[in-house]
Amino acid sequence: MMASSQGIPLWAAGLISLTNLTSAGQFAALGIIASAGSMIEMALTQFVINLRYFLMSLSLSQKADEKMNLPQRAVVSFGITDEIFAVASSRYNGVGFQYMTALMILPILGWTAGTLLGGITSSILPSRVSDALGIMIYGMFLAIIIPPSKKSRPILWVCMIAAFLSCLLQWFSFIGQGFVIILCTLVAASLGAWLFPVKKEKAHD
Amino acid sequence: MTRLTGYMIIMALVTYAIRAIPMLFFRKKIESPFIQSFLYYVPYAVLGAMTFPAIFTSGNALIPSCIGCIAAIILAYREKSLLTVALAASFFVFVSSLFF
Repeated sequence: MMASSQGIPLWAAGLISLTNLTSAGQFAALGIIASAGSMIEMALTQFVINLRYFLMSLSLSQKADEKMNLPQRAVVSFGITDEIFAVASSRYNGVGFQYMTALMILPILGWTAGTLLGGITSSILPSRVSDALGIMIYGMFLAIIIPPSKKSRPILWVCMIAAFLSCLLQWFSFIGQGFVIILCTLVAASLGAWLFPVKKEKAHD
Repeated sequence: MTRLTGYMIIMALVTYAIRAIPMLFFRKKIESPFIQSFLYYVPYAVLGAMTFPAIFTSGNALIPSCIGCIAAIILAYREKSLLTVALAASFFVFVSSLFF
């Protein structure tokens, strides 16, 4: 929807969604394309905004099924996004290739189709409805983090530290949103690891 | 090659590299207890930081978003499914946006 208002052709918007699968990164990219920013600026912005995927990928690599081979891992890593990671990481056992690809297909199709559809219909939805839909992803995130927080005090602490810090950092608007997430993750997860080290079996289960 | 194509290629490459490198290179289990614990907490930290404070502005207006957030917290606490929580939250945002 944003792309079409900036004069980016529909096919390009669809292709960007398909090859990038990153909402924040795509929004930032539109700004750079619109202002005709340099290629280096584009690369750097994407790097910083999407750096959180590095942490997600690292975290998933520890849960990944050991039988997964290199090409399979290469395919799976394409699907590491906020949403897919959220669901995959809520599974405690090894994350296998079939599981991950099955998890990836619908969101990827939906995402791309959503972009195309959004470009075509632009703003056919009443704003009240689209505003209300905006909370869904966060509802999902809450449904993922709250149940384990009930059972584990350390997880509760990590969530609260991350959330609190993230709110606090909003006052420093010069830190980009991508950096805020990375910073909060590093601090909260390090504090968690330092204060409540996880026993070996538990980290793998 | 147009400028737009250049942008698209760079975006796709950078984004993919960030995701793929850890997955491809850390094939062995990491032994350090600290890093293990750190990675164990990463999902919760990431999701916590992404949800707050973004959830309060997700529904455009503040009050409906807060109502939606409270509804989501209560339902998540009762261990309802992801979809139930997400749909209920947006239902509450929609209804309360009619009043506020």
